[in-house]
Amino acid sequence: MAKGDNIIQLVNMGKTFHTSSGDVLALDDINLDIKEGSVQGIIGLSGAGKSTLVRCINYLEIPTSGKVIFEGKSLGDLSDREVREARRNMGMIFQQFNLLDQRNLLANVTFPLEIAGEDKKKAKERALELLRLVGLEDRYKNYPAQLSGGQKQRVAIARALATNPKVLLCDEATSALDPKTTAQILELLKKINQELGVTVIVITHQMSVIEAICDSVAIIDHSHIAESGPVSEVFNNPKTEIGKRLILGDGDADSVKPVIFGESSNSKIRIVFDGHSAHQPILADLILSCKVPVNILFANTKEVEGQAVGQMIIELPDNREDADKITQYLRSNNIIFEEVD
Amino acid sequence: MDAASISMYLEETWATIYMTLISSAISYLIGIPLGVVLVVTDKDGIAPCSSVHTVLGVIINIFRSIPFLILLVMVLPLTKLLVGTTLGPKAIIPPLIIASAPYIGRMVESSLKEVSSGVIEAAKSMGASNWQIIYKVLIPEAKPSLLVGAAICITTILSYSAMAGFVGGGGLGAIALNYGYYRYKTDIMMVAVVVLVVLVQIIQEIWMRLSRATDKRVRN
Ligand SMILES: Nc1ncnc2c1ncn2[C@@H]1O[C@H](COP(=O)(O)OP(=O)(O)OP(=O)(O)O)[C@@H](O)[C@H]1O
Ligand SMILES: [Mg+2]
Repeated sequence: MAKGDNIIQLVNMGKTFHTSSGDVLALDDINLDIKEGSVQGIIGLSGAGKSTLVRCINYLEIPTSGKVIFEGKSLGDLSDREVREARRNMGMIFQQFNLLDQRNLLANVTFPLEIAGEDKKKAKERALELLRLVGLEDRYKNYPAQLSGGQKQRVAIARALATNPKVLLCDEATSALDPKTTAQILELLKKINQELGVTVIVITHQMSVIEAICDSVAIIDHSHIAESGPVSEVFNNPKTEIGKRLILGDGDADSVKPVIFGESSNSKIRIVFDGHSAHQPILADLILSCKVPVNILFANTKEVEGQAVGQMIIELPDNREDADKITQYLRSNNIIFEEVD
Repeated sequence: MDAASISMYLEETWATIYMTLISSAISYLIGIPLGVVLVVTDKDGIAPCSSVHTVLGVIINIFRSIPFLILLVMVLPLTKLLVGTTLGPKAIIPPLIIASAPYIGRMVESSLKEVSSGVIEAAKSMGASNWQIIYKVLIPEAKPSLLVGAAICITTILSYSAMAGFVGGGGLGAIALNYGYYRYKTDIMMVAVVVLVVLVQIIQEIWMRLSRATDKRVRN
């Protein structure tokens, strides 16, 4: 399978939980193609169905409709044994790390190899190599209780990579960590993606995580995929309500509304900066050349895929003429904008 | 104390230890699988099966609600069949096992349930089979808790074994019963009781230390 092919395809996938208090529809008609070698983000509010989705990918949860296709094969057509073998090609890490407390780091990392019936000596070599990759080689005799959260997640990553998986599933892998440790773990995931060519699937409720490492993103809302596509596209032009809320919002799915500085009844426009324009003093130029004061209601700039992108909501002046001057200036300078309310 | 009573104490102490250890060992051989089946077949277990879970649970509860002394008498024919006699320390072993295996099953169940579902999920995500989850995750991860449970179970079996005196089973319980109850020699009874207390303390301490020393969750 070549880089760029779809390694995972979710086709009309749905999941309903049958509980004593009735059915819970966790996922409905999910269609998503994940490209080999990419970093795919899945973002949504709490309860949207993110964990269920990722657990369906490795069949920890069996979808109640549709298909999960891994490397061209539908997991639903495989026997239990074959599903377990397929799982060895999909490592997984978790918010709570889930290390084996009674095993030292080395034995934690050799665990998946032990299960796969790998030769002991080879397993040990491989484990040490992976612990080196995550920077914990000298701690191999320690136990999980002796590590910090970030270190535990590194061990979990080493363990998930032990069987040489093609895919790494990360369910809120950084949600229990502080911002600095989060950045380090994301850096490590990026490195694993780039150097080992492992396809990484990142589940998160933080926009900042998506911005930091993902190529593509799927926004999941109330069991459905609201929108999906390359991060820069979705980010620059969110089409759905939830997309706007996640992106315009503070970056976190948790925050409720974008912070708007001040109230106004005048018409407003949203200016989008793409990679290059973010570095130009657009607003200063605009004010200088139009000689019209503008009121900034909201502004937000972020790094996406190494490029500065952002958006700003400005209030147009009362005066029709001045307002036209501004829109004309933007148009003639090829700056993307739209009217908002 | 004269030589004769010292040798009597030694002999009966040994009989008590013998009954306790053999019964505990065999009870654990039965109790661990019982506990595992209870946990595995539970509705959030790795192989849910409510019929097995419920039936087994009911059987265990029935055995656990029969008072030991009554059970002792009820199983006399079975004891005769198994060990060929209804007298002596050997005769107390079958009823002890029948009484303690279900109890141990419950203790093992509660220890295994302490293993976090996340760790089990992680093992599943690595392609572990149910068997591998049982013997590579559930049991090793629950080990400290299983050892604490063992301290409780073994000391309980020890005190049950003291009732062997009622069926001519021997042991420290028999001394207490024969001298203290039938002949009003309370001093002899007290010594037997003190030896029992000391034995319980020793067993409790050994297992708790074992549990603490082998628990890797403790930073040291
Ligand atoms: N085993 C289950 N039984 C019943 N309902 C479930 C089960 N697992 C998940 N659900 C339900 O499915 C929905 C989606 O849950 P899921 O855990 O996938 O959300 P999530 O997006 O991961 O949320 P969070 O960000 O809080 O982790 C929720 O309504 C949840 O209650
Ligand atoms: Mg979740």
